[in-house]
Amino acid sequence: MTASVVSTRKVPAGQAIVPSLRPTAAWSLVPAATVLFAFWLLPLAHLIVLGGQSRDGSASGYWQVLGSAQYLGSLAQTCMLAFAVTLAALLVGGISGVFLARQRFFGRSALVALLTFPLAFPGVVVGFLVILLAGRQGLFASLGLELAGERWIFAYSLTGLCIGYLYFSIPRVILTVMAACESLDRSLEEAAHSLGAGHWRVVCDVIVPGLAPALISCGAICFATSMGAFGTAFTLGTRLNVTPVAIYNVFTNYANFAVAAALSVVLGALTWAVLLLARRLVKQSRTVL
Amino acid sequence: MKRSTLFVGQLAFTLLVCAFMLVPVLMSLLAGLTRNYFQGISSGLTFDWLVQVWQAYAPTVWLSLQLAAACALCVCVVGVPAAYALVRMNNRFSRAFEELMVLPVAMPGLASALALLLTYGQFGGFRSSWLFILVGHVLFTLPFLVRPVMAVMQRQHLPVLEEAAASLGAGPFRRFFSVVVPNCQAGILAGVLMVVTLSLGEFNLTWMLHTPLTKTLPVGLADSYASARLEVASAYTLIFLLMIVPLLIALQAISARLSRGEKR
Repeated sequence: MTASVVSTRKVPAGQAIVPSLRPTAAWSLVPAATVLFAFWLLPLAHLIVLGGQSRDGSASGYWQVLGSAQYLGSLAQTCMLAFAVTLAALLVGGISGVFLARQRFFGRSALVALLTFPLAFPGVVVGFLVILLAGRQGLFASLGLELAGERWIFAYSLTGLCIGYLYFSIPRVILTVMAACESLDRSLEEAAHSLGAGHWRVVCDVIVPGLAPALISCGAICFATSMGAFGTAFTLGTRLNVTPVAIYNVFTNYANFAVAAALSVVLGALTWAVLLLARRLVKQSRTVL
Repeated sequence: MKRSTLFVGQLAFTLLVCAFMLVPVLMSLLAGLTRNYFQGISSGLTFDWLVQVWQAYAPTVWLSLQLAAACALCVCVVGVPAAYALVRMNNRFSRAFEELMVLPVAMPGLASALALLLTYGQFGGFRSSWLFILVGHVLFTLPFLVRPVMAVMQRQHLPVLEEAAASLGAGPFRRFFSVVVPNCQAGILAGVLMVVTLSLGEFNLTWMLHTPLTKTLPVGLADSYASARLEVASAYTLIFLLMIVPLLIALQAISARLSRGEKR
């Protein structure tokens, strides 16, 4: 990324004209700035203020959230779930991603294409797929009936949610790792091999450190999506105690806008903090999508 | 080259991951075409469920297509000039702005939707029209167009071309529309495809922003998962997949072409 920015600057003829283009360029930012201000910054500020308000004499939304074991529990559970999913996705996606980037074999590009499709599936569809896999009439239920004489049903629990989140995290990791592998210096691995390092040593000491920046920033995005994913949890059942579902329940069932707003702000702040931390760690100039 | 056991192991692992991704999708396709899923495939194949879904949910498909097209248009109108500005300015302000633009994607969709709902919900006419959902979709998809367009703009010899146009007397508008935009076509196309795909499948925001009269495809899907029988839900999913998979294939073809161009 930085390389291409630098190369734009290097164009000697272009540099002379940049100052005269600048005012026009800034003007073309106006539509986007207007949309973002009116429909994102303003509502967000409103949400933050609203979270501080209180209803019929009770404490403000933030205090209600921070003082309630239920909300804090759901936040902790959401964080832990997102963290577990991120680690698992990094492990699985890392292995497959390095393999797909390094090896050439028949059907490789088809495999890559198939593996990246689920990235665009919405959360509701993923939830339904989890139900087909592990629901009452699912694959695992009939498998369990054959093997152990009882139906294995875990779609409607945190395990099911975890599988659903993995479903759209793994493709993201595979794509990022494949892209990062392209820029890895293979001679380092060959040097390590020739110095007598085994496969595991090379993986631990050369490949993983080389991929670390990509893994961290991709992991942060996986964490963020898992924190906010609502569709999957919604399909699997609104009894699951994760924060997006809690926000939805507070908002629709109790119409408690202050608490819903406060929960949203806390969830958003947590997500943002993790993204920011990841960027600090890898010293990278922009968020990966 | 002799393939080692390591290769076989990794291939098996990757195939397993692929199976995890694909088996539920195939099950869903099959369930949508089976006469009775609980009896299995022996009960025969049928298109009845698809017809039934189409009769019940066709409006959601049309609304989603309309939303996706409008969203792509809006994002182009807003995003292409913004990408141009961000590439040209390339200073602290523009980087901060880009960060701000990505924020709606990184934030939980439910929180953004709630913010929109609590701020603009009292405007009844706006609230109940499909434009309310459109606003959410535009916010969510904007960076997915701006990023690829910026990438293309940064790599082309755009400053030189623009300078040539300027020295021939083209004004800023003329330069933008006849030099900048045609040179970024591939990036714009990739961005638009991504925006359409995302808009068709957007649920987190849409579920909060929709009204009973403005149901999009994913909202209808959630509806059918909650209430309809498994075959109908599967058939509905099949229709959705039929809509987005061609888009995804086109997207992959274009991004492959773009990355080839980068290496050249």
